[in-house]
Amino acid sequence: MNNPLKRVAVACLLMFGLLMANVTYLGAVKAEGLRNDSRNVRMLYGRYKVDRGWITADNGKTTLAKTVDTGDKQFRFEREYPLGKPFTHVVGWFAPESASGIEAAMNRYLDGSHPDLVVRRAIDMVSGKPAKGASVDLTLNTKAQEIAYKDLAGTGKRGAVVALEPKTGKILTMVSVPSYDPNPLAKANKDTVNKAYNKLDKDDNKPLINRAIERTFAPGSTFKTVTSAAYLSDDSSRDENTQVDAPDSLPLPGTSISLPNYHGESCGGRATLVQALTISCNTPFAIMGMDVGYDKLKEQAAKFGVGQPLEIPLTVTASNIGPDEGKAALAKTAIGQQSNQMTPLQMAMVAAGIANQGTVMKPFLVNKIMGPDGAEIDGTDPEELSEAVTPEVAGELTKMMIGVIEHGTGGAAKLPNITVAGKTGTAETLPGKPSHAWFISFAPVDDPKVAVAVFVESGSAGNDATGGAVAAPIAHDVMQAVLGQ
Amino acid sequence: MTAKRRGAQLGMLAFAVLIVMGAYASVGLGINGKVPSGMLGYGLGLGGLMLAAYLVLAKWAPWADPLLLPLVTLVNGLGLVMIYRIELAGENLASAANQLMWTALGVVMFSATLIALRDHRVLQRFTYTAGFAGIALLVLPMLPFIGREINGARIWVGIGPFSIQPAEFAKLALVIFFAGYLVAKRDVLALAGRRLLFIDLPRARDLGPVLITWGISLGVLVMQKDLGSSLLLFGAFVAMLYIATQRTSWVLIGILLFVGGAFVAGQIFSHVEARFNVWLHAEDPALYDAVGGSAQLMQGQFAMGSGGILGTGLGQGYPYKIPLSFSDFIFPAVGEELGLTGLMAILMIYALIVERGLRTSLAARDPFTKLLAGGLSFILAWQVFIIVGGVTRLIPLTGLVTPFMSAGGSALLANWMLIALLVRMSDAARRPPPQAIQDEGLTQVMQR
Repeated sequence: MNNPLKRVAVACLLMFGLLMANVTYLGAVKAEGLRNDSRNVRMLYGRYKVDRGWITADNGKTTLAKTVDTGDKQFRFEREYPLGKPFTHVVGWFAPESASGIEAAMNRYLDGSHPDLVVRRAIDMVSGKPAKGASVDLTLNTKAQEIAYKDLAGTGKRGAVVALEPKTGKILTMVSVPSYDPNPLAKANKDTVNKAYNKLDKDDNKPLINRAIERTFAPGSTFKTVTSAAYLSDDSSRDENTQVDAPDSLPLPGTSISLPNYHGESCGGRATLVQALTISCNTPFAIMGMDVGYDKLKEQAAKFGVGQPLEIPLTVTASNIGPDEGKAALAKTAIGQQSNQMTPLQMAMVAAGIANQGTVMKPFLVNKIMGPDGAEIDGTDPEELSEAVTPEVAGELTKMMIGVIEHGTGGAAKLPNITVAGKTGTAETLPGKPSHAWFISFAPVDDPKVAVAVFVESGSAGNDATGGAVAAPIAHDVMQAVLGQ
Repeated sequence: MTAKRRGAQLGMLAFAVLIVMGAYASVGLGINGKVPSGMLGYGLGLGGLMLAAYLVLAKWAPWADPLLLPLVTLVNGLGLVMIYRIELAGENLASAANQLMWTALGVVMFSATLIALRDHRVLQRFTYTAGFAGIALLVLPMLPFIGREINGARIWVGIGPFSIQPAEFAKLALVIFFAGYLVAKRDVLALAGRRLLFIDLPRARDLGPVLITWGISLGVLVMQKDLGSSLLLFGAFVAMLYIATQRTSWVLIGILLFVGGAFVAGQIFSHVEARFNVWLHAEDPALYDAVGGSAQLMQGQFAMGSGGILGTGLGQGYPYKIPLSFSDFIFPAVGEELGLTGLMAILMIYALIVERGLRTSLAARDPFTKLLAGGLSFILAWQVFIIVGGVTRLIPLTGLVTPFMSAGGSALLANWMLIALLVRMSDAARRPPPQAIQDEGLTQVMQR
């Protein structure tokens, strides 16, 4: 009977071999797919098993997102956002199945899975403690952030405010309005979170969108700074006192229409650059744009960062001056209309670049990352993005922008004892629709500490909203908050 | 001459208990961050039990295979730890105390079997008694009043607060019956009938026994909705028939009969077809959400996938989220926390137990012992294959106990008795044959 017995032994061996092969297939080959299957509750629990790092600002002094130990067995660590709405678009939220903002962009640090934290994680694993993530400190100035939010939201406006530190690129303020409370989205209950999210998603005012970086809008007259930069750089003999043509109305080549000045105002036929920018004449900048041509204008815009995708680490939608559609279109592009579309962050970068003697710094939100033990793991070093204009041109542009504040449309942004430079913008949207109101500025002029872009969306601040009346006061408050007055 | 290797056995037994203790401590550390308070008592309990089993073995079966007891201790202990871990998580019916009590009773049965049964060959005398007992045990759950249906299968008998699964004991009785019966009839069954292609078919009149067993298996399948036991018994019979006769034709006939029967049953009884559907399309969302659908099977898969290669570590996963994680699905539950590595180790332990059993069978000197040891070893391997293959989606899922690991008293008792029988037979097989007494005088006479 030994022969059949040996065959039965081989059969048994084969059975165990099959089981082992199958177990290997499941545990090694198919594991990833099974682990991440949406029906696998472990994914959900896993998110709440980690003592997630906090998100702070003001060098760790202000808490924007914290982790609370609920003691629950399955959903142990819950997330809370003590300062709520003003910070939602930057900080984001950590929901059962998704995340947004810094919570998503810095997730691997926050949940401790980043390679930099591997040693720490191994220690936690061996000691049986729950894994602890690293904390992320943001560059935000919380006081300026809250004021910006209050100014916009308090009067029912929609829009965005971005403030940068010109010399470093630190993002001091990033507000998008309307905002929403992130706390209901951070609950450990899929159904209630989905319900809350869907309600926000259906809202006509689109609160989920971060208007500061995710959407582009016609920049209007604030773009005249870029056109001026191109015009000044094109010929080194030009300066702020160069005389340019400033007709009351400019017939657009190849069309039967003419480009008027704002509200049909007159700019006296000829004007210096300072004068033209101060009262924001349209015709001289349209002529300047046509003079330098599409390519040079586009190149100048690109030097300020237009068209470049950025990770700050949130993903920034690229701005764009639009395609080359002929001279008539170029005339309008030069004054921030036509297909010219900028993010508020991009316009803040323009202001910051001029403030920083022509050098645009790469904007960033993460100040530093601290390990679970409080030691600094990583910090962001300021990085140059590009040389937008020469220091001379930057100086000339600054003088022009000072004129706007001192004698022109931007008077509302004037600060006591501090020289401010700025530019208003009132961008036409669709025919019959109210305009977007813009304002960009920086201060103090001789040692710039802050550059701001304020954007107020069409229709949210009355039908006659202008950059000078609606947006400049907000920039005033934000600059004041940053400068500590 | 084989050595007794008793020291090695004791060392390995201690090692097995130590591994289990380590796992037990690891559960406590994983869940509460400290070593469980009952650790010492638990360790002494398990250690004491196994020491008792060892002493009985040393006294009444000194030549027994030294590996069997430590290996069984290890799987039994790991099963206990897993049940303890799942019980700690709450929300389920797992009870480590119950399982420990049944383990103790299992060791008592093991010892009693070794002490009472000095020579296993007496079992051959009870061939037909064992056969009737086996069938009676199978029928028991069908009787009114005492039979109980749990989770859709009528395989339980209720006695007071206890539910036992007589099929587990029937398994033993029927393997004894098959062994006795086949030893008597194997010459006839091996006779060749007509030749078809390359295979010698048996004579038609010898088909009786295989048809009867087939009928009983299908009866179990149909009446008790217990595909697992049905497959287990019929498979064991066919394997033993093959060992006894060395005729491949019996295996082919057996497979054809069973597949045919199961196919017809699948057409008539929805639960068989449903099992197949779930197996083939487990990932289908509609089937996943259906009542009696693939949710349990997929939860087991998710657990194993989440465990990956090294597992989450004991006490750090969510194995209790699998329905019946402490009984039918204990294998995937272990997979989540001990990973592929742990599962391989456990499969290896089972494979070693089976290997030791088959080795006993090979070394045995008489056909009855060969058949009984071979049959018992095969039925153990076969059972592991059916249940582990089922919960890991290698084959359709049929409810069976994972030997020594799943929560459940009947199975523990029956399987400890199975091991006692293997130990008894290995003792007989390894015992050196009696030495002839040399007669010097006779030798001298021969020299002349």
